[in-house]
Amino acid sequence: MQQPHAPHDHGHGSELDEMALRVRALETILIEKGLIEPAALDELIETYETRIGPRNGARVVARAWVDPDFRRQLFADGTAAIGALGYGGRSGNHLLALENTPSVHNMVVCTLCSCYPWAVLGLPPLWYKSAPYRSRAVAEPRAVLREFGVELPSETEIRVWDSTAELRYLVIPMRPAGTDGWSEERLAGIVTRDSMIGTGVLTRSREPAR
Amino acid sequence: MNGAADMGGMHGFGPVEPEPNEPVFHAAWEKKAFALNMAIGVAGIWNLDAFRFARESLPPPQYLNTSYYGLWVVTLENMMLKHGVATSEEIAAGHALAPDAAAPRPVTAAMVADMVRCGSPYDRPAPAPAKFKVGDTVRARNMHPKTHTRLPRYVRGHVGEVVRIVGCHVFPDSNATDGREDPHWLYTVRFDGRELWGADSDPTVRVSVEAWEPYLEPA
Repeated sequence: MQQPHAPHDHGHGSELDEMALRVRALETILIEKGLIEPAALDELIETYETRIGPRNGARVVARAWVDPDFRRQLFADGTAAIGALGYGGRSGNHLLALENTPSVHNMVVCTLCSCYPWAVLGLPPLWYKSAPYRSRAVAEPRAVLREFGVELPSETEIRVWDSTAELRYLVIPMRPAGTDGWSEERLAGIVTRDSMIGTGVLTRSREPAR
Repeated sequence: MNGAADMGGMHGFGPVEPEPNEPVFHAAWEKKAFALNMAIGVAGIWNLDAFRFARESLPPPQYLNTSYYGLWVVTLENMMLKHGVATSEEIAAGHALAPDAAAPRPVTAAMVADMVRCGSPYDRPAPAPAKFKVGDTVRARNMHPKTHTRLPRYVRGHVGEVVRIVGCHVFPDSNATDGREDPHWLYTVRFDGRELWGADSDPTVRVSVEAWEPYLEPA
């Protein structure tokens, strides 16, 4: 299932073939030496392609919007709270939930590489791991947000969290107006991945056609 | 170390380009690069911090000109060579030329599923009381070790405030180098944007890092 390479990676036209060969060599050696069973690779790929992704985080956010006890627990002990929903483990052993409010907007980056809360958001998007985001999110977050189409009031405090340790962050976006009485499931449907990284904000109009 | 990975505050990389409907992986080899690294991690031949150190130790021109999963491939190859998992002849041949006499039992699907479910907590019992408390003013040390560190250059020498005591965590600086966990207290330290980027910077910006106690001094 070879897919076209991302537009961000311009300049590496021949990398695809070269890397495919190098990976195949390493895979063959590790299997032939009895270090890895091929089924372990399939298990990992399937897990992160189909089972662990941003829908997990959206469930956490929706629960926090409708359940005040869960919300309290989430901000007091994020790891335990996501654990109660069945999430945790790899890149989710230590989780801190960050509350967006009308006066404070939180935004997450890993300037050193790509640390990201896999347990609730899956693997990070390419832009999150890219040099433009890593270099600029800490120095000019408003300019970066504008590239995502987000314009915050000029007085809003922007808190940028650089993931330098094994603590992972999940931004809890503000619940959009006009969603009173919605079910938890319907609310989860409007929570975008970017809103949980802090590079998006939510509006009711994002709801997919029903 | 002051390598190409430490990018906070650099200029010239251009705009962020979000990709609509981005797939989890962009090529079949990326899936394998990801899975091989995750699976071999379970074998315990090297730890996560050592892997990070190896990746950021790549020469800056190579680091900056290699795609994200390309870096994983190059680093895996380097680690296999360094730890005697493969020889350069084997990598050139694309096959094992001798069995690995010291091979542990192979990493199985059940083992990686356990690893995904359990993860690898980094908190440890504290060997000593925390030196700083929430509200303390601290300075990130002006230090430039050639070995692994998680203190980004852009905060070094700057003054911030402890806003949270995270716990006592494995110290990557030693774990990457010789596998000693040497746990230290970990703090969230918040800096004013103007402290980091100067008087012209956006006054509404605050930036925090997680900093281990040895990275900090009273200010």
